[in-house]
Amino acid sequence: MQTIKLKKKAYLLEGYSIVGPLEGKGPLKDYFDYILKDDTLKESSFEKSERKLLQDIVIEAINKSGLKISDIDFFFGGDLLNQIVSSSYTARELNLPFIGLYSACATMAEALALSALFIDCGLCNNVVAATCTHFSSAERQYRFPLEFANQRPPTAQWTITGGGASIISNIKSKIRINAVTFGKVIDYGISDINNMGAAMAPAACDTIKAHLSNMKKKVSDYDLILTGDLGKLGSEILIDLMEHEKIIMGKNYADCGCMIFDKTMRVFMGGSGAGCSASVLNSYVLYKMKKGDFKRVLLVSTGALMSTTTSQQGETIPGIAHAVELVYEPENTKNSVAKSKQKKDV
Amino acid sequence: MDKNKRNQNYNLYVESKVPKTKAWPSLFKAFLVGGIICAIGQGLFDLYSYLFPNLAESEVTTCMLMTIIFITCLLTGIGIYDVVGAWGGAGSVIPITGFSNSISSPAVEFKKEGIIYGICVKMFTIAGPVIVCGVVGSIVCGFVGLFI
Repeated sequence: MQTIKLKKKAYLLEGYSIVGPLEGKGPLKDYFDYILKDDTLKESSFEKSERKLLQDIVIEAINKSGLKISDIDFFFGGDLLNQIVSSSYTARELNLPFIGLYSACATMAEALALSALFIDCGLCNNVVAATCTHFSSAERQYRFPLEFANQRPPTAQWTITGGGASIISNIKSKIRINAVTFGKVIDYGISDINNMGAAMAPAACDTIKAHLSNMKKKVSDYDLILTGDLGKLGSEILIDLMEHEKIIMGKNYADCGCMIFDKTMRVFMGGSGAGCSASVLNSYVLYKMKKGDFKRVLLVSTGALMSTTTSQQGETIPGIAHAVELVYEPENTKNSVAKSKQKKDV
Repeated sequence: MDKNKRNQNYNLYVESKVPKTKAWPSLFKAFLVGGIICAIGQGLFDLYSYLFPNLAESEVTTCMLMTIIFITCLLTGIGIYDVVGAWGGAGSVIPITGFSNSISSPAVEFKKEGIIYGICVKMFTIAGPVIVCGVVGSIVCGFVGLFI
């Protein structure tokens, strides 16, 4: 079965998010931990900036959780650059055992799911799951030079600058990871690389359907069902596809790509990138769940698994979506880090 | 339902959902931007003819083109020309300024990978196909012209 129900041991202890200047002007600006003023981070290339960004995110997340780098057993990470260089170079700097992952923009959910499984099986105590993307480094790898004068089609999406890290731990906190679903690779024959939403929506539909039926839950059981980066068009398509499967998505459905930008910003169908779901999860969702506004959240990060070479050779775009179910546990206090440390000392 | 049919239906459905670019506003913007660029070119041509009356017409044209190519490279480097292009579309692409931008923008972008593997290799990634098509086209036209 593609859904794995956990044994109530894995908790989302803390999260940290950093976004770029444009994202920092969007509707979620008050929730992000840090908003960059300069998206180069004073580095000489955008690849270096992305690396620095991820490194800062991971270190700050660990600090925020009250743990030390030496307390972290594994680092699960990935990004969009070829050979996931941002993550591996970050792991080099942090000197942590590294498990490199790639599911394009679904990497955050994959990292969370695997982290939670590691903790749940009792293999380790604390792990960090992190991803990030940078608009400028993604553009030069996937599309055109930044200064090239071209018009984007209306279905295009805007890769966000930003990312997030989550500390998954067996130390109790208010947010527990309840179940994870690993998605199948679904391809409905879309070949337009400027229409990622349409390419990924069938994968999101398949994963959500599988998760709901395996968990024997309804859409209304969730306070929030959050897809990664389908964008405006992709979300509309998902709603239609789900309706076709006789599942009605209600007002509790949202998409990170649509949430992160303002309607007035020239970002076409909305945000995309591995950092998209990572930053929204570790800011807005984390905040709302800690407060108890959301009691059950399903994060469904979506990714398009093509490369520039396969696209040029006329291949269609396969999509993937992984789901992570988070539940609110009010009885667990915030000081559980301190408590567990005391226990160790005794 | 077999896969091909499902994919075909899905593609048709997606196509019906995709917002269409409005033709008239795009055409107007392209005409305006392209027109302004051409007017600047003509202005420079007239200015050079007035300043240097001894120059032949072809030489004045060359000077005008050099100036306009330089201005575009400069505007590309300081991040203005891509804004013009995003608004004006084909109006900024068709004149020689578009060609200039398509060569200078990768040169700026890939400077980090070094002079040989960065600038020299990547400089013609966008303009290369245009040059190849132009050369091949002129060869074909030349042959046709020879036999007519």
